Amino acid sequence: MLKRTPLYSTHQKLGGKLIEFGGWEMPVQYTSIVDEHLAVRNAAGLFDISHMGEISVSGSGAGDFLNSLFTNNIRKLTAGQGQYTLMCNERGGVIDDLYAYCLDPNNFLIIINASRIDEDVAWLQSQWATFARRDEVQLRNVSDQFGAIAVQGPKVAKFIPEIFPEKAVNAVVTDLKKNQIAQFKFEGEPVYVARTGYTGEDGFEIVTVPELLIPIWNKLLEAGQPFGLKPCGLGARDTLRTEVCYPLYGHELDEATTPIEAGVGFFVAMDKGDFIGRSVLAEQRANGTKKKLVAFKMTDKSAPPRPHYPIWSSGPEASKIGEVVSGTQSPSLSVGIGMGYVPPEFGKVGTAIEIEIRGKRSAAAIVKKPIYQKS
Amino acid sequence: MSSQVPSDLKYAKSHEWVRVAGDVATIGITDHAQHELTDVVFVELPAVGRKVKAGEACAVVESVKTASDIYSPVSGEIVEINKAVADNPALTNTAPYGDGWFYKVKLAQPGEVNSLLSPGDYSKQIG
Repeated sequence: MLKRTPLYSTHQKLGGKLIEFGGWEMPVQYTSIVDEHLAVRNAAGLFDISHMGEISVSGSGAGDFLNSLFTNNIRKLTAGQGQYTLMCNERGGVIDDLYAYCLDPNNFLIIINASRIDEDVAWLQSQWATFARRDEVQLRNVSDQFGAIAVQGPKVAKFIPEIFPEKAVNAVVTDLKKNQIAQFKFEGEPVYVARTGYTGEDGFEIVTVPELLIPIWNKLLEAGQPFGLKPCGLGARDTLRTEVCYPLYGHELDEATTPIEAGVGFFVAMDKGDFIGRSVLAEQRANGTKKKLVAFKMTDKSAPPRPHYPIWSSGPEASKIGEVVSGTQSPSLSVGIGMGYVPPEFGKVGTAIEIEIRGKRSAAAIVKKPIYQKS
Repeated sequence: MSSQVPSDLKYAKSHEWVRVAGDVATIGITDHAQHELTDVVFVELPAVGRKVKAGEACAVVESVKTASDIYSPVSGEIVEINKAVADNPALTNTAPYGDGWFYKVKLAQPGEVNSLLSPGDYSKQIG
């Protein structure tokens, strides 16, 4: 049985086309992926992201516990700050990529992928069980107690103050800087608002109890519509994140792929002390990797590239060198784009490659990440 | 939003339409199908001269999200393809029964057309 978010009835009313994603029944689109995508690039878009998981980690040992598991340095966060980080196994493979927010130095909110909730919770619990100071760490899976909405796009800052008019810690909602989080009030109830997102645009993510999701959604829809805001499904969420080369677990990331191979080494803090997977990541950073995540654009007129399509080298002695992990038609650029893993020697920007689409190879070229950049 | 189902065409369960003139059938995808796919970005058509059997996958329509096979509702030889829709796949969305047609087949078994769905039956299927 697929799980439904508190906004399920709202999606039905808005005519959302529902599909399965990570065990959840979620809208893939309301009208058109292209229209929704362009609304986010040019104005604003509203996403239900309640399928994502939330873990609360608190106590005087919480920071040290998380720093022994996550790749980024959680000690860099002061109260009200968040960071992108990854959790690896002993082989350096990614168990999940996530957002860690420091609510206060003894209280962290972790936002994880919907499809990885069970694995993450099992891993965190097994690590907690062997953590020396486990009596100073409280670990709670609060995924069912929270839902979340993302509102993204260049026009969002113009109308979001209408939804959260009151100040939090002497700051209005638009005072939040990228990756900051604060507790605001909605109809008197506490709501977390973070200036984060998964689209490459300015935007906010709102984390709160299930009962507030529908009223917040409706109020955002009403306030945003004069600015061109549209409800957006997972289809647009995927094309938006692919254009800016944000990894999606199960595509760019899995337990056999390291953050170094995936090109997110920036979020691996080698200097912070030991953490699980560190030795493998240090070795790869020093000596290189066998595979590398690259971004590419189709240079021939072709069908859009899709996950699992083979990647070939170009030229008279062409051979299969890798596989596409994400691919689509770029609504912003009107060309086929994607990401895939290839040996590092093929990873240089400008390298000609070919993508095999239904038995036929079409020309593509390695491009700089992100594929789409705001002009 | 209700889809158009022109009364002068025959339909396949797999959402293709067929317009018969003499022994040549013109084939495209229905308004309902284009609406379900949305944002068609690529159309791959069969080669002229290819012989197809009824029910055989012979074209591919790609939307932003996914690739979908298009099946030939009838058997015969491909005699013409619509280059305009290959160049401008959005015609599939804007004119599914007009400029967005896909290909023409010289019917090998004209009787096959009789087993296709009537506009009324197709309307019921998508209703």
